[in-house]
Amino acid sequence: MRATDPELLQTSSVISSARVRPERDLVSTAAPSPRTSPGAAADPFPPARLPEAYRTMLLARATDERCLSLQRQGRIGFYVPLSGQEAAQVGSAAALEPVDWVFPAYRELAVALVRGVPLVAILDQLFANSRDRTKGRQMPNHFGFRDQNFVVASSPIGTQITQAVGAAMAAQRRKDPIVTLAYFGDGATSSNDFHAGMNFAGVYRTPTIFFCQNNGWAISLPRDRQTMSPTLAEKASAYGFRGVVVDGNDLDAVYGAVREARARAIAGDGPTFIEAQVYRFGAHSTSDDPKRYRPEALVEAAKRRDPVRLLRDRLVAAGLLDDARDAQWWEASRAEVAKAVESAEGVAPVDPMSFLDDVFATPTYRLQAERDALEQLVRDGVVKP
Amino acid sequence: MTERTLVQAVNRGLFEAMQADPDVVLLGEDIGVNGGVFRATEGLAQQFGTDRVVDTPLSETGIVGTAIGMALYGLKPVAEIQFLDFIYPAFDQIVSELAKFRYRSGGQYPCHVVIRTPYGGGIKGGLYHSQSSEAYFAHTPGLKVIVPSTPADAKGLLLTAIQDEDPVLFLEPKRIYRSVTGEVPDGDHRVPFGVARLVREGTDASVFAYGAMIPPTVDAAETLAGEGISVEVIDLRSLVPLDEAAVVASVEKTGRAVVVHEAPRTCGFGAEISALLAERAFYSLKAPIARVTGFDTPFPYALENVYLPDAARIAHAIRSTVRSG
Ligand SMILES: Cc1ncc(C[n+]2csc(CCOP(=O)(O)OP(=O)(O)O)c2C)c(N)n1
Ligand SMILES: [Mg+2]
Repeated sequence: MRATDPELLQTSSVISSARVRPERDLVSTAAPSPRTSPGAAADPFPPARLPEAYRTMLLARATDERCLSLQRQGRIGFYVPLSGQEAAQVGSAAALEPVDWVFPAYRELAVALVRGVPLVAILDQLFANSRDRTKGRQMPNHFGFRDQNFVVASSPIGTQITQAVGAAMAAQRRKDPIVTLAYFGDGATSSNDFHAGMNFAGVYRTPTIFFCQNNGWAISLPRDRQTMSPTLAEKASAYGFRGVVVDGNDLDAVYGAVREARARAIAGDGPTFIEAQVYRFGAHSTSDDPKRYRPEALVEAAKRRDPVRLLRDRLVAAGLLDDARDAQWWEASRAEVAKAVESAEGVAPVDPMSFLDDVFATPTYRLQAERDALEQLVRDGVVKP
Repeated sequence: MTERTLVQAVNRGLFEAMQADPDVVLLGEDIGVNGGVFRATEGLAQQFGTDRVVDTPLSETGIVGTAIGMALYGLKPVAEIQFLDFIYPAFDQIVSELAKFRYRSGGQYPCHVVIRTPYGGGIKGGLYHSQSSEAYFAHTPGLKVIVPSTPADAKGLLLTAIQDEDPVLFLEPKRIYRSVTGEVPDGDHRVPFGVARLVREGTDASVFAYGAMIPPTVDAAETLAGEGISVEVIDLRSLVPLDEAAVVASVEKTGRAVVVHEAPRTCGFGAEISALLAERAFYSLKAPIARVTGFDTPFPYALENVYLPDAARIAHAIRSTVRSG
């Protein structure tokens, strides 16, 4: 039985040793990777891809900076920053293959970049313009890109988790050597779908990776009020599979854990839960003011382990980067964002009737009648789109 | 009397209810230190403590299920669901449990929980921060469904909800949380359920609306007054129980009916009002009943202004109704 799986026991013992150290103390520690379960980082991030990973992280950070200000200026309606979670996103996404399926939440902008989504396509969604792949239907950051196997996100927390398990069950049935990976936050571990998804994945031993970015907060609720589990990863052992904790700011640890989880899944060894411990540097979203519930000192402490800076220092130490080139790359990232913003903002808005499309494959009689009535209202000048 | 916004009136109602009765407890996501994402519970945790203004883990079924347990034991829980759009993980607890406790126990276990939740569009919230799904709940026997549209009603209906003996879904029109202000009676001001509010008297057509659709309906009535059309506006404010007598009486007087809601048209609450009028006011009708509603689509982000009924659409429908008979 899996309960006696030596590896599982090993993982559980690693995790239980974490019990003596409350996780929130660890968040501010300056040690390099204090939270990574031993053995999780089998495969380091491919050294040749480090500069590219760094540049993706810069691009994500520059997008955050710019979009927060676009939102303040009223040029986009909303934004969800990801600062602090770049290494967790880039490290995990880089460990997947294009054939794998990603089930994101709303904070996974850098994952989309790694999967090859052009920045401008992301901006098109943020501006909800007529080039937006999702036709202006959703709030900013609810991306969906079928070409990149990046399933469209929704707002309700946790719903993607069971879906990722189901897609993995389908892949199993078709004998496709792929994995599905669900992204979600610490808050989502309280959702119905988290528990249902974990249970199904355990029962059917699905090739699923549960990638939880524990950023310390679910809006205003701190991680230690979300669940009394010392770690989130140990929840996996109750469902009969492996859970590991990784330092989400450590690109190697994240990449290694996902690589290993992927290899196991493909080999038929079932799902893995990965808890990437990170910190949400910014507000939950542009609708939120963290000063109401979170002392700035906590953020300052967490920023001592800023994943972008950690990677920068590493590249510098390896002789792959110096100050001049770093400044140049920053400049290039900001320019790329500026160009994408300019392009997306210049695109025409969505067609005013387009919200009536895609409800069904073929519109019902009722929908057609509603369209006709709306067109008449537009002709009569009653509705001015 | 104190001038308050709608959300301040909710806050005031909660404050007074908690002050008056130690059995009143609040639970929900981000309602404590943060004061709620719309600030409806602002200051209450500081005033009454975090054991009475409880920040819960991220689980709506947890919120409603535990509120049910508290109510069975004798407390008066007031649960907040952050957005109506996120109530569905608790749908089972609401529909199968909350609404049926009294009935299935033969009256032994009444279950009085108030669930407050912001609903409706107009804040650029897209599919999942805009829904107006009151009809699912109005369709559930055993559940009362209340929708205030003024600050005074927000407080008065909330206090009634908290003192009621049955479960109440209290839908707060978030779009007008701050844009509508009004005098709110101080102290134990209660507005009874099942009584519609006559917003404006008229003789040519009756318009039935609720929540955030009241301001555009009133605007439409004003525009039409300038054209010589006299519109009666009725704020239903209590969908279950419904003030059927007021609905029927108004149409018996005017002979024309228009129903306005932002929810999708099919099986929306307007269908219930239309059916009621067909059953009980058929011979008074001089023209077909008209519905001004949202569309049978999910709630769109970029085109919410096309989706949502506004004063122009409402006025157009009333005008057409008056002209047609
Ligand atoms: C079912 C549901 N309930 C409530 C919300 C409102 N809400 C949006 S994000 C959020 C917190 C999510 O926290 P977490 O899972 O840790 O993800 P993070 O935002 O930190 O990335 C909440 C409560 C929601 N979107 N869905
Ligand atoms: Mg979180």
